[in-house]
Amino acid sequence: MTESSANKPANGEVCHRTTNGVKPCRNGFVKNHYHYQQQHQKSCYLEEKVHLRASNGGLYSRPFLESFEETPMLVAVLTYMGYGILTIFGYLRDFLRDWKIEKCHIAREREEQKDFVPLYQDFENFYTRNLYMRIRDSWNRPICSVPGAKVDLVERISHDYNWTFEYTGRVVKDIINMGSYNYLGFAENTGMCAEAAATVTQEYGVGVGSTRQEMGNLDRHKDLEELVARFLGVESAMVFGMGFATNSMNIPALIGKGSVILSDELNHASLVLGARLSGATIRVFKHNNMQSLEKLLRDAIIHGQPRTHRPWKKILIVVEGIYSMEGSVVRLPEVVALKKKYKAYLYLDEAHSIGALGPHGRGVVDYFGLDPHDIDIMMGTFTKSFGAAGGYIGGRKELMDYLCTNSHSAVYATSMSPPVVEQIITSMKCIMGEDGTTIGRERVQQLAENTAYFRRRLQELGFITYGNSDSPVVPMMLYMPAKIGAFGREMLKRNIGVVVVGFPATPIIESRARFCISAAHTKDMLDMTLEKISEVGDLLQLKYSRHRTRPSADRAFEETTYEDSED
Amino acid sequence: MDTKNMREYLGWLYYQYLLITGIYVLEPWEKSIFNTVLFTMVAMVIYTSYVFVPVHVRLALEFFSGVCGGQHESTMALMN
Ligand SMILES: Cc1ncc(COP(=O)(O)O)c(C=O)c1O
Repeated sequence: MTESSANKPANGEVCHRTTNGVKPCRNGFVKNHYHYQQQHQKSCYLEEKVHLRASNGGLYSRPFLESFEETPMLVAVLTYMGYGILTIFGYLRDFLRDWKIEKCHIAREREEQKDFVPLYQDFENFYTRNLYMRIRDSWNRPICSVPGAKVDLVERISHDYNWTFEYTGRVVKDIINMGSYNYLGFAENTGMCAEAAATVTQEYGVGVGSTRQEMGNLDRHKDLEELVARFLGVESAMVFGMGFATNSMNIPALIGKGSVILSDELNHASLVLGARLSGATIRVFKHNNMQSLEKLLRDAIIHGQPRTHRPWKKILIVVEGIYSMEGSVVRLPEVVALKKKYKAYLYLDEAHSIGALGPHGRGVVDYFGLDPHDIDIMMGTFTKSFGAAGGYIGGRKELMDYLCTNSHSAVYATSMSPPVVEQIITSMKCIMGEDGTTIGRERVQQLAENTAYFRRRLQELGFITYGNSDSPVVPMMLYMPAKIGAFGREMLKRNIGVVVVGFPATPIIESRARFCISAAHTKDMLDMTLEKISEVGDLLQLKYSRHRTRPSADRAFEETTYEDSED
Repeated sequence: MDTKNMREYLGWLYYQYLLITGIYVLEPWEKSIFNTVLFTMVAMVIYTSYVFVPVHVRLALEFFSGVCGGQHESTMALMN
């Protein structure tokens, strides 16, 4: 197993690595190496996976530290018990509503529909009605300022246990914002990006009023596309007005019936929708699990299409850079190796990673030091790190020419608004250092520092956090249903805005809070946040971790960040 | 001072109980139903164990002493 034995050690013990310093042989055949694979499968699921680079043949240029501490047994049992109790009360309330003893506030069948197929009886409806509604105050909160490091909230109260909300007209000021995807802090209402956008608005206006193929093709769009291509290091790029549509409309343009899509199980809804719309066969592999992916690839090649056994027309692997619910980073070097070995295509969604990872802020490709040409389709959004809106696709020139005429979001959707374009251009130039300042560079650096600091402190405090040690998305486990609501409320009382996540976005017992670190957070803010999290963590008993790391003063604040930090 | 600490501690315990059972999110009347049901059940368990356990223990002792054969004085005393 020439090729994949070189990846294999990256999945487990380091000791195997030394035995096969063979250079990975690209485009090798599929050989029968099941033995080797089986043998090592065990070691791949170590709870804490540590990947170190060997001097030769290594795929990772940085240590790849990713941890998913398992749920403590007692906590899991108590969580199920909590859901059990809430379900019983849910049935009680449904019973009361059915018998008209209490008023039903939520949509239900009308009288004349009563004898038809029930509309509101499945589990999701039950969950929304009887569990989500009770803690709904932690979500969908309107804000009324720029979502920077601090944010103002519209005050909102409910007199009937969250069935309706009343806005008091007051504003809750200066909440520390740990929820926005503002990785590099470019969501600003002052500064060069905002000024540039304002200037352009005066020149071009806001609306474009046509699609790229008709009258909506501005010179600024062309500039932006050139810049994006340069930023990514690809031949050519194309931008779209909406990130979600970039995925859901371009995948169907690229692939169709008779092809197979290999998709990570935790891929974003836009990718899933795109894959379904395409009509291609979809096979799902386990999250970030290269054995699972390789098995699917082999099966696809060996067996071909079902029944006819014709070979698949195309095999497309769809992965994300950073997974926004797990905080994990894709094992890109291994995916690329597999892709090359089995000659598949690779679609990489860098929505969260572009700008946020890598020494130059150029996403996972930069983070792993890979060649952007190895990835066939580089997709990303401007919504997160650039503080704007929209998405891009980067790749070969032929690909762009094809998409230009075939993608629905290029043909039918209005093109990107000029101030948004300008925001992206300015922020991207800033990250690249083309504006003559080092602000962008410093922000990338700052984000890496903040991330390392925040993750390390949370772990030291004894919380269970998920994901890669370099990922600015930090999920922290809450588990029990009541704690989801309590955590959100208690943090807000202490002037910190957090995002809490529960079913259906996560498996039912793995409810979590998700912090998004930003370069705009100062150390004081992070310290303050950590102090409050610790306080609430003691109050709610959230410090579940059994892998306590001792607080170490000797590990410097900046230690885990990128080495080439000069200027 | 001490009573205040005690009260605080009890408040904290009750809060933990709310969170773990999940009834933190319920409306007050549902909370009272849950508490009442749980309290009744616990009370019944305690009461039944108070009433029946001594009898059962005695019967068990008798049985085992019967199995063991020898009629010790202590067992006789117990039976009387
Ligand atoms: C992985 C991924 N792809 C695509 C999108 C959609 O991007 P946008 O919000 O710009 O429409 C998101 C947004 O959350 C995302 O996380």
